[in-house]
Amino acid sequence: MKKLINQQPARPARWMLGTLPFILLIFFYMGASNARLEENPNDKLLPAFGSFVDAIDRLAFQPSKRSGEYVFWQDTLSSLQRLAIGVGISALIALVLGVSNGTIPYLRAGLSPMITAISLVPPMAILPVLFIVFGLGEVSKIVLIAIGITPFLVRDMQQRVLEIPSEQLIKAQTLGANTWQIILRVVLPQVMPRLLASVRLSLGAAWLFLIAAEAIASTDGLGYRIFLVRRYLAMDVILPYVLWITLLAFVIDYLLRKLSLWRYPWFHDQTPEGS
Amino acid sequence: MSYITINNVWKEYGDQVVLERINNRVEQGDVITIVGASGCGKTTFLKMLLGTEAPSRGDICIEGEPLRYEPDSQRGIVFQRYSVFPHLTVLQNVLLSREFEASPLLARLFAGRRQKAREEAQEMIDAVGLGAALDKYPHELSGGMQQRLAIAQALIKKPRILLLDEPFGALDPGIRADMHQLVLKLWREYRLTIFMITHDLKEGFYLGTRLWVFDKVRVDPQAPGAFGARITYDMPVGSIDASAGNKIHQALAEPPVTEQPAITE
Ligand SMILES: Nc1ncnc2c1ncn2[C@@H]1O[C@H](COP(=O)(O)OP(=O)(O)O)[C@@H](O)[C@H]1O
Ligand SMILES: [Mg+2]
Repeated sequence: MKKLINQQPARPARWMLGTLPFILLIFFYMGASNARLEENPNDKLLPAFGSFVDAIDRLAFQPSKRSGEYVFWQDTLSSLQRLAIGVGISALIALVLGVSNGTIPYLRAGLSPMITAISLVPPMAILPVLFIVFGLGEVSKIVLIAIGITPFLVRDMQQRVLEIPSEQLIKAQTLGANTWQIILRVVLPQVMPRLLASVRLSLGAAWLFLIAAEAIASTDGLGYRIFLVRRYLAMDVILPYVLWITLLAFVIDYLLRKLSLWRYPWFHDQTPEGS
Repeated sequence: MSYITINNVWKEYGDQVVLERINNRVEQGDVITIVGASGCGKTTFLKMLLGTEAPSRGDICIEGEPLRYEPDSQRGIVFQRYSVFPHLTVLQNVLLSREFEASPLLARLFAGRRQKAREEAQEMIDAVGLGAALDKYPHELSGGMQQRLAIAQALIKKPRILLLDEPFGALDPGIRADMHQLVLKLWREYRLTIFMITHDLKEGFYLGTRLWVFDKVRVDPQAPGAFGARITYDMPVGSIDASAGNKIHQALAEPPVTEQPAITE
């Protein structure tokens, strides 16, 4: 008998072991839901699966009586749009600031302390300020996401640039490159896959800020809907929405990873962090 | 006037004197191989020639002009590692200097000009025996192939001075012999002036026209950093006889060999 740390499950076994907790969870939920509904058919806490299907059917496949929109898709579109713009702007700022700070010592000396200070401000604490300054519209939600994740991304990018071996920068100079050419051909292409990796890491925080902003001031969006129906204890809407958000987060992460693998094969083959 | 003159160069890091009173002259086409105990300042010396470190005292002149302490295209370098760009293929790595040269803003070449540069790059890649690996990334190459790529990349820029810091240290003996032939061939073709650090004395004898030994002349046991290394031997490789060879071995604190060192050229 091998020691426990040396025993590896075979592929099918690993697959089964991986799905088992999910199946158990579903069964556990069904049992608990049945028990409660038997006691009180109007119980709202743990609705039966049929209620989820009804709720999704109502929200996703029938136009809303009030606005004529398909609420589920409208919420999804609004949220994804805010997320994409917020994260996109953050990534762009991070790329520009991180690369220029990382390569030009004078810029770094001037900007680094400020960026560190900004990154220490708790974004949720200045949400009221954003609402006052930018109003309750789209801008303040996007700005909250940007404020929430940009400092992390900038600092990470700067760090990644500084990690490029100095030999490479020296080599480029002996090949006749000026500062701009080094940034363009040596630094930028090498930090792009690292930017994708940090964006993937920061997406969790981006969702957090998005849902928080939508919960507080919005008229649509996934976060808005969840907090709206909470008043009626509508678990039949909340739980499918949470699952949907989880699935969206998973798909976005997966797509970013595929994009990185496709565009930057050299990165994933040589660094363990990239694979 | 000599091609390169080194005038009373010192290098200190804080209290530690690494190099002291380095004086020498080098002619165009010399191949200087540099040996010395680990940590005695060989790389530091090469960095001063490269321009990434400035001497604490003294100066280095090339054709009478004081050296600029910033790397430029006059001096090519091959480091022990990290010498090639991991995000570029073999061809792109070698093309890069042409693109820097021809396109200040985009650093890229297109169409006809790219084709011309590509032919030239291909020639250089063939010369180092990487013709079959044009579109491979560095991580797909062995250590020896990466060093050959680094040499091709440095040489296409036609630097007048080529600096090599233990470039073949990590390679197998067979591949090393190939690399030696390559360096000698390119040296003859381009009339380069080469400085090469090696920890392999045989390699030093074989490749060099001159061999320099870096060593501390004075040592203060109470303060190991008080004195720096100097060039204790500087001789044309052809003139090294057995007794000089033994002295060099002693300086390197290696067991002396009795055989006559191999002599080239
Ligand atoms: N940037 C630096 N700061 C302080 N000390 C250094 C620096 N670079 C090298 N040294 C010291 O200088 C000495 C010579 O280093 P180096 O030139 O790398 O030796 P070698 O290449 O001969 O092995 C070493 O003792 C090293 O610790
Ligand atoms: Mg060294």
